[in-house]
Amino acid sequence: MYEIDPDRLDLAREFRDKPFGRHSGELQRVINRMRAGSNAGRLVLVTLERHKRWGLGRMGAQPGDPIAPVPGYEFTSYEEAEWAVFKLRWQALTGRELALD
Amino acid sequence: MLEILGYGDRHSLRPGDRLQVKVSCEAGAPRFHAEVVRMICGDDSPAGPGYKDQPIASPANGGYPARKQPLDTGSAVLVPASPLFDRLQSFTLTALVWPTTPGRKPQTLLARWSEPARAGFRLGLDATGALALDIGDGKGGFAAIKADRPMRERAWYRVTARFDAGTGLVRLSQQPLAHLARDDSGSEVEAILRIRPQAPADTPFTMAAHVTGRRGAKVLLGGHYNGKIEAPRLAARVLQDGEIETLRAAIPPALAKDVAAAWDFSRETPTTRVVDLSANRLDGETVNLPTRAMKGAAWNGEAMRWMDKPEHYGAIHFHDDDLYDAGWETDFEVPITADMRSGVYAVKLSCGERYEQLAFVTFFVLPPKGKTTAPVAFLAANATYMAYANSHHGWDDVLAEICYGALLEFGPTERTLNARRELGVSTYDVHTDGSGSCHSSRLRPILNTRPRYSLWNFGADLHIIDWLEGTGQAYDVITDEMLHQEGLSLLQNYRCVVTGTHPEYHSLAQMRAVEAYLAQGGRLIYTGGNGFYWRIAWHPTLPGVIEMRRAENGTRTWIAEPGEYHLSFTGELSGLWRNNGIPPQQLVGIGFGSEGFDESSWYRRQPGSFDPRVSFIFEGIGKDETIGDFGAVGGGAAGLELDIVDPRQGTPPHALVLACSELHSNVYVITPEELISTYPGIDGIEDPKVRADMVFFETPNGGAVFSTGSIAWAGSLGHNRYNNNVARITGNVLKRFIDPTPL
Repeated sequence: MYEIDPDRLDLAREFRDKPFGRHSGELQRVINRMRAGSNAGRLVLVTLERHKRWGLGRMGAQPGDPIAPVPGYEFTSYEEAEWAVFKLRWQALTGRELALD
Repeated sequence: MLEILGYGDRHSLRPGDRLQVKVSCEAGAPRFHAEVVRMICGDDSPAGPGYKDQPIASPANGGYPARKQPLDTGSAVLVPASPLFDRLQSFTLTALVWPTTPGRKPQTLLARWSEPARAGFRLGLDATGALALDIGDGKGGFAAIKADRPMRERAWYRVTARFDAGTGLVRLSQQPLAHLARDDSGSEVEAILRIRPQAPADTPFTMAAHVTGRRGAKVLLGGHYNGKIEAPRLAARVLQDGEIETLRAAIPPALAKDVAAAWDFSRETPTTRVVDLSANRLDGETVNLPTRAMKGAAWNGEAMRWMDKPEHYGAIHFHDDDLYDAGWETDFEVPITADMRSGVYAVKLSCGERYEQLAFVTFFVLPPKGKTTAPVAFLAANATYMAYANSHHGWDDVLAEICYGALLEFGPTERTLNARRELGVSTYDVHTDGSGSCHSSRLRPILNTRPRYSLWNFGADLHIIDWLEGTGQAYDVITDEMLHQEGLSLLQNYRCVVTGTHPEYHSLAQMRAVEAYLAQGGRLIYTGGNGFYWRIAWHPTLPGVIEMRRAENGTRTWIAEPGEYHLSFTGELSGLWRNNGIPPQQLVGIGFGSEGFDESSWYRRQPGSFDPRVSFIFEGIGKDETIGDFGAVGGGAAGLELDIVDPRQGTPPHALVLACSELHSNVYVITPEELISTYPGIDGIEDPKVRADMVFFETPNGGAVFSTGSIAWAGSLGHNRYNNNVARITGNVLKRFIDPTPL
């Protein structure tokens, strides 16, 4: 299992600057680790206003379970949402808060 | 959650036809409004051309009283009520079963049981997965007997209930067929009962469910079972074990007088009929299309096709989320008038102003039969729309986010489909028991074939309609379904046929029609990717339903069981057309190579584009011009699913590779059928096969094919109000293809 190195802030910066598209091989490993695994508790976007605003939610344990809202998040772009989730997953997987300059 | 749902009885109509529209308001709205529109563009995203429709003056337009219509999901077999069932005193009930969700909930296997009366008998699985028999006399008397341990999932068992009306002795047996060490899941229990089963006379015999009531003439069912049943038998006395074993394949003469019914699921497999081998002919009918041509307990690999050894394919796999025809009442009809020119249409249904209160019933108006009203036909891929109908795989599949390269998004449609599994599944989904879904029907509310939703399949195809409309190009619309039914005659009078973005699913008749059209000089523009990929069958007699099996290889969301690759509707091998004698490369020059969904790319001209044979295609395009580095789908014309040339798969030797896409992301990965083994380096950064190839080649008798190899292509047509090099190239090709001068 690939382990994310919490000191590799360069990878976090790379993602923040370009969440979609071609990534370095090492960043892709980070992303793959974050996106892999079970759906239970997976962070997802919940449309608040079509094409304009999104909130955050978590999938349930079983298919068909409702999406549980994660309060305190509202995004106005997909890029913003990807970055917020990246930081949450970084902390969950490394135990360290992701803080960039 | 969506508050209004609807569907029509047909996708494909012609002037003079009438579309029956069925509507359900799910949140108590007292009325709804209907408006018929001609669809131009369904893309309401900020990057797209914008949503566009044209209102049609139709007598169907107006307000209607609303109601909520039911969805009776779950497959079963119904055997009509018979006095023979009433005369049963002692009985033996036995079958082979392969349960897929034992322990999830109580499930009924074989029954003549009325739940409202709590009367009759019901053999099933209890909440723990153990065999259970309920008996009720309809007068308040009820008895239940259960095996003392659960059955194992996906293992074959002989299950038997024997009841002696004289003594009241009931014996229940579940015996695994496999002889495994340390398998203690067999069980035999018995009891003496004081009551006798007595179901109301109108109670049918049921399999994989039991009767819960009636709605009008319709028998309502509940207690749906997940799993296979094979060779159910009902005898009018207590049979011994040896006698039961002799009934496995047929009815021995010595037992003929005692056997009330012996159903053989391997008979009339393509139909909904369930044949009783006994003289009583207690034939049944399947409900909601359970999956037939399934391996039975005796299957051992000697036969891989169900037609070759039917006795090995005597099982039906039932699912509690099977749904064929929702059977809703019609709320109104839309007459297709002569002034509704051929095109893509929808009935906009609304019960309020919010997105959740708006539904679209989409349909396609073809020109009058045997006529064309334009030189160009757009081939609406309604087989593909159906294959994806109400799909959940975009979030149920744990690989979805990693494949999409982006967070999953739950809007009102996804939340509704996620919560309301009774809307049925697509051929991309697995059923609630994890088995692959082989069928998909359009006779139910389909939430994802509509405008103002995703830019995928139907929504993306409207980009082509928008371009045709925006450039003033006259066109007709035809459909996969009618191509299957009418064959070459539907195509042969068009100068040019334009596909959608993702014409993925085709029957043999569809493929043969396209082949024949090209052979006689037809011209085809394939503006998509992953086309002509999977082989399907339309049911020979039931309207509006397709079947497919995800066989052998391919990019799959589930995998068919070995031995279950052949379609129950026709007996044909399903799976990829690449494995069925008509690789897409042979038909359109290119075939599926890779996919990814995060970001689209662009094309670079290749040497082939400078060949004088194709100078018409690049008129107005610069020698070094980047093609399609813009667009509403991922920001480029080369994206989502990409096709490439392969001479060994049939790309014609004279095909010209005009342009190739480049610089795709890590999320783009080679499709499995291109891999001889697993190895690193198969993504868009490392593998040069991750690209889209744009090709052109001539066909006999002056015809030609132009293929773009990318699903995202059409998303770039509308950029800068159709003034861009993707629109110019497509328009150059279309203009030349309409010209009857041989190519």
